[in-house]
Amino acid sequence: MEWYAIDTWIVIVGMLAAISCALLGNFLVLRKMSMMGDAISHAVLPGLAIAFLVTGVRASLTMFIGAAVVGVLTAVFTQWVSRFGKVDEGASMGIVFTTLFALGLLLIVQAADHVDLDAGCVLYGAIELTPLDVVWRPEFFGTVLDVPRAAIVLLIVCVVNALFVVLFFKELRISSFDAELATTMGFNANIMHYLLMTLVAVTTVAAFEAVGSIIVIAMLIVPAATAHLLTDRLGTMVILSVFIAVFTAALGHVAALCLPGWLGFDPSIVETTSTSGMMAVVAGLVFVAVLFFAPRYGIVTKRLRRLEDVSDLAVSREEADA
Amino acid sequence: MNAEPNLRDLKQTPLVVRDLTVAYHRKPVVWDVGLSIPEGKLVSVVGPNGAGKSTLLKACLDLIPRSSGEVLIYGEPYAKARKRVGYVPQRESVDWDFPVSALDVVAMGTYGQLGWFRRVNKRSKALAMQALDRVGLADYAHRQISQLSGGQQQRTFLARALVQDADIYFMDEPFAAVDAATERAIVELLKELQSRGKTCLVVHHDLATVPQYFDWTVFLNMRVVASGPTAEVFTPENLHKTYGGKLSLLTEAAEKIAKAR
Repeated sequence: MEWYAIDTWIVIVGMLAAISCALLGNFLVLRKMSMMGDAISHAVLPGLAIAFLVTGVRASLTMFIGAAVVGVLTAVFTQWVSRFGKVDEGASMGIVFTTLFALGLLLIVQAADHVDLDAGCVLYGAIELTPLDVVWRPEFFGTVLDVPRAAIVLLIVCVVNALFVVLFFKELRISSFDAELATTMGFNANIMHYLLMTLVAVTTVAAFEAVGSIIVIAMLIVPAATAHLLTDRLGTMVILSVFIAVFTAALGHVAALCLPGWLGFDPSIVETTSTSGMMAVVAGLVFVAVLFFAPRYGIVTKRLRRLEDVSDLAVSREEADA
Repeated sequence: MNAEPNLRDLKQTPLVVRDLTVAYHRKPVVWDVGLSIPEGKLVSVVGPNGAGKSTLLKACLDLIPRSSGEVLIYGEPYAKARKRVGYVPQRESVDWDFPVSALDVVAMGTYGQLGWFRRVNKRSKALAMQALDRVGLADYAHRQISQLSGGQQQRTFLARALVQDADIYFMDEPFAAVDAATERAIVELLKELQSRGKTCLVVHHDLATVPQYFDWTVFLNMRVVASGPTAEVFTPENLHKTYGGKLSLLTEAAEKIAKAR
């Protein structure tokens, strides 16, 4: 395995995306709306298309805004459909995001077929290419750093999300646990819901543009779900999810570099496999490991504890008999 | 139904409901309800399933939109009086696997006083600990809440309401599916709240215990059938009007009333 400056940037970008998603993911998982990230990352397509049609350029800021607005609308429509359409939140999410995604596809095919606005490219943004888009080249002690745009954008998103979770920790806790009580106390659960959804939309758009939607969807759910198996405290869960996100991003890229070699591919032909894909796979594997071996809730650990209990019981019986 | 208190008395009246109508999908659930609850009463709200009891509570707490009418808490609309109001939702309304301890849940009762951004402090935790002690759960403070029994979970909710330190409490079926020890603990707590001049509005299902636990009763079946001191309104006629033709239930209840007297 050879490691270049580019690899360092890929890992940094991956970590920032993973942390941004994991922070918010805790509250999506606890509110039982984990698939919101998936819905939003698909539903933003018409936003991208309309922003492009209106301005005529692929300027990233307008398209970012277009996508983020449609992302928030996805959350709004989902709530309307489930309230007025007599369907549960999951079905309502499915109705809204498939409709919007299809609308986006139609818009792109109809009006923008001749330009390079490829749905596949939007959904599977390539983390390996992010270090090529350098926007800032500061010099530190004689070494020039090529800071990619994605790193700066995701750092900002990451800081905003971290501030949100820290400043509104109490409000997030009560509105996620007991929305009605929160509302009666003046912490309007609807406002908290839309604040969270706005950040999820912005994070999703910012992250999938850089690293692809598979990481975004995985990192919104898997680190939080894994952390939930490891702790009974919300604060610990948030911190653990961040560590899992960091670990997963790093290990994912290393695995992407090494895996083709291990599988016996000729390194001169197949150098690496997809980093985004590998990060999501590592996240899944970490979850499975925790699912089995978590100290309290692991499947194996529980089984072992039961065996111990049984043998303790047997011992105490024998002692009683003797 | 009840005589409306005059303007000066309104400020001393914990709850006044006027012409309240609430509809879901254009179907009325609560219809033209008028109520006036005097201070310091333990009030049971009874009625058959789907009679709009929970809806009435939620409409009083501004949790669901009203089609018409108004609700006054000590003479003021809810938004201005929220710090004087405590709420105990139905136990099934929350996810008990949520990563919080009993102490965390009870400390939530102080969030309203803390307001936005202020963090949970030592004082909140001390108050929460005291309240847990009062409902007999001090030893369970650091348990994750799914590791509590149903009755203990209900007592955790009541401890949280205590910490809210309100003047009027709205409780949605606190007696549902609890063990005898918890039922006694809740009754004791209600009596204590009453002795401190607090008012409690409790959605209740067990008609047999109404005369024993509550000194005021509201019969609700979409409309208010009767509201007044339990001794006066807890009659077979009102039960019949509220519950309709469910005769077996009625005879059973009537027997219990006879026994209670």
